[in-house]
Amino acid sequence: MTHHEYDVVIVGAGGAGMRAALESSQRARTAVLTKLYPTRSHTGAAQGGMAAALANVEDDNAEWHVFDTVKGGDYLVDQDAAEILCNEAIDAVLDLEKMGLPFNRTPDGKVDQRRFGGHTREHGQAPVRRACYSADRTGHMILQTLYQQCIKQEVEFFNEYYVLDLILDKDPQATPEGEDVTVAGVVALELSTGEIHTFRAKSVIFATGGAGKVFKTTSNAHTLTGDGMGIALNAGLPLEDMEFFQFHPTGLAGLGILLSEAARGEGGILRNSEGERFMERYAPTIKDLAPRDMVARAMASEVREGRGAGPHKDYVLLDLTHLEPAHIDEKLPDITEFARTYLGVEPYTEPVPVYPTAHYAMGGIPTTVQGEVLRNNTDTVKGLYAAGECACVSVHGANRLGTNSLLDINVFGRRAGIAAADHANATADAAALPDDAAARVEGIVSRLLSTVGTTGSERVADVRKALQETMDRNVQVFRDAASLEEATEVIAELRERYARVAIHDRGKRFNTDLLEAIELGFLLEIAEVVVAGALARQESRGGHYREDFPTRDDVNFMHHTMAYATGEGVRLGAKPVVVTKYQPMERKY
Amino acid sequence: MTATAESPAADAVATMRVEIQILRMNPEGTHEREPGEEYWESFVVEALPTDRVLDALHKIKWDQDGSLAFRRSCAHGVCGSDAMRINARNRLACKTLLKDLNPARPIKIEPIKGLPVEKDLIVDMEPFFASYREIMPFLMTTGNAPERERLQSPEERHRFDDTTKCIMCAACTTSCPVFWTDGQYFGPQAIVGAHRFIFDSRDEGQWDRLEILNDKAGVWKCRTAFNCTEACPRGIEVTKAISEVKRALTTGEI
Repeated sequence: MTHHEYDVVIVGAGGAGMRAALESSQRARTAVLTKLYPTRSHTGAAQGGMAAALANVEDDNAEWHVFDTVKGGDYLVDQDAAEILCNEAIDAVLDLEKMGLPFNRTPDGKVDQRRFGGHTREHGQAPVRRACYSADRTGHMILQTLYQQCIKQEVEFFNEYYVLDLILDKDPQATPEGEDVTVAGVVALELSTGEIHTFRAKSVIFATGGAGKVFKTTSNAHTLTGDGMGIALNAGLPLEDMEFFQFHPTGLAGLGILLSEAARGEGGILRNSEGERFMERYAPTIKDLAPRDMVARAMASEVREGRGAGPHKDYVLLDLTHLEPAHIDEKLPDITEFARTYLGVEPYTEPVPVYPTAHYAMGGIPTTVQGEVLRNNTDTVKGLYAAGECACVSVHGANRLGTNSLLDINVFGRRAGIAAADHANATADAAALPDDAAARVEGIVSRLLSTVGTTGSERVADVRKALQETMDRNVQVFRDAASLEEATEVIAELRERYARVAIHDRGKRFNTDLLEAIELGFLLEIAEVVVAGALARQESRGGHYREDFPTRDDVNFMHHTMAYATGEGVRLGAKPVVVTKYQPMERKY
Repeated sequence: MTATAESPAADAVATMRVEIQILRMNPEGTHEREPGEEYWESFVVEALPTDRVLDALHKIKWDQDGSLAFRRSCAHGVCGSDAMRINARNRLACKTLLKDLNPARPIKIEPIKGLPVEKDLIVDMEPFFASYREIMPFLMTTGNAPERERLQSPEERHRFDDTTKCIMCAACTTSCPVFWTDGQYFGPQAIVGAHRFIFDSRDEGQWDRLEILNDKAGVWKCRTAFNCTEACPRGIEVTKAISEVKRALTTGEI
């Protein structure tokens, strides 16, 4: 075992982690620990754009952006956080441009902007061009640019270090409200050697990304297994609003590979088997550019009502055939290539089969607007921060608008980086790491390694598949009490089976078999929290739609869910929503 | 309650038996193998013609041999994790469909060449990233930054578009015969990375970068084999980018 000491340790090297690192490493001694090489992070798969009211191509302002974000989030957004997000958006884009990000340009050389779902002028009058973009690989460009800046700044990376535990000086659930709980460090498994490392730090930032692999049909990478969220939960910290999961309308049918909403921003149209532009019925004003939750539900409804396309009538069609091929090549080169490569469909001439795909966790580790992690509704954990998809600040509420997540990672990654470094610089000594800090991780690793060669055991892949299938069947776009109760039972059964899983690889080096077994543990924990929150929330709001409670219920459910893991299962609490300016209204588009 | 889509082709097309031969190496050894010994192992999987090579590797790992080691993440050709040598050509496992490989014959999979193998299909990427870091892959400017964005015309932006697509998968560099034999050569990816900035109208560090590439380890090592261009899963015209860098060095003009 090797021990390290830093002022700031950042866990995760996607957009939020690297944006934080650029701030933190200028101010304090910083290490970035990452399961993947930084350039492999899933920020690089984001396509369509990053929202900011630059008003480069038409009239726009940050206040309209705030309103759209709040309304898009079905009024579960903390409005103080949304104001920060939208006000700081402009500098966030300009900062990236100055770092060298190659945005597409207007004829007069400015950053170009395009339309995206739910982004409107004058509070819903019509779509507005707010998304700053770089073809359909904006996330790729952000990831590359941040990585390049990290090279320039000589940020210290620990590549392929898989963080598995967070060490706090006290049990946050056993500590009375108002008393300090302080971060001490993290414990990581070095994948190339199997060695366990402890990192003591004054500040720790979690930027570990999402958990899309709880679902079968997902746009998420294999590696997005909710590790950071699961670690927080195991450390006794709550997760906020986990029942709100975004299903992106346009995944490649059957595969879930993302086709950017930019396809509709550039003029693409969704059609059912009858060729009808069905979104006109669901969102008469902004049609195909309605927020994702509404479009995803509309698509699923078309399929259920028998108007799905294809031999099994189980998907709808994204029609780009009326767009000029040159326009497609210029603005949507990658996603049209995905359609050709994976479905053999030529988007110039044929509509593309699409269906909703699990895409984004609106919920996560609760934080303040400075990125400080909350251990209950009011107390922060000293020195602990979170940003990006693993966090919930909450700027996305019940449904995130497209292009707001690339914005989120930049705005709140930056804030967390500054806050973590400032905290470290104001702290004389990090909390002590106990002598047995690594005991839990050593226990997990040695227990799983001891299963090699055992008989009568379960396979990781079987348990994971069963989990993903039950989540797709029961916890997707449409939910009700019966489906959620079924999912609850299946997950409980799978957790028992998980206790009996065996792996095959007995080695220490690059034991990716062990890695997948550990990841599955996190997936099961996250799924349990998602379902518990969805079962308790007897209303429909944003991405969470209950067929047995089809309307929003502001009287009983205008609050965030705070979920805690306890010895007796998931305990749920409520946290008030911050409302500054916009009272809840009916959500029509 | 079901609201999920099955693959449109899933039950229309029958599965097939595909033989996958993998060049393996376990650094710690196994019951039958010495540590570090390289050997071919054959697996048979049931797969759809439209399955990716990555899907077949997962079937092996998940159902037959959990110790098989390879990197992967996004599974749709944008993260750059799973470059490997498939039927003697560098490709991304997640962007190569079985039907495009003549699955009637065994499919041979090896680690990419020229980087130290760590385990099975996993290689040490550090030398590759070290070359990238050497070409100063970041925007260099002088003077005060403008208040708003730096202006750049669509034409200027287009000038370096091709090389911005790079996902650093190393398929190009590890297909280069010069790179295999000459440990000093930066390799094509580092030159692509430099090209992306040299031809960016906002950048003022192009001559510093060109000087690095003019070095004995730089562009002049390229023998224009075109392997890199063929290997690039992003369709970047790598050889063209390298020749543009060579031309800039020869003419002194960008």
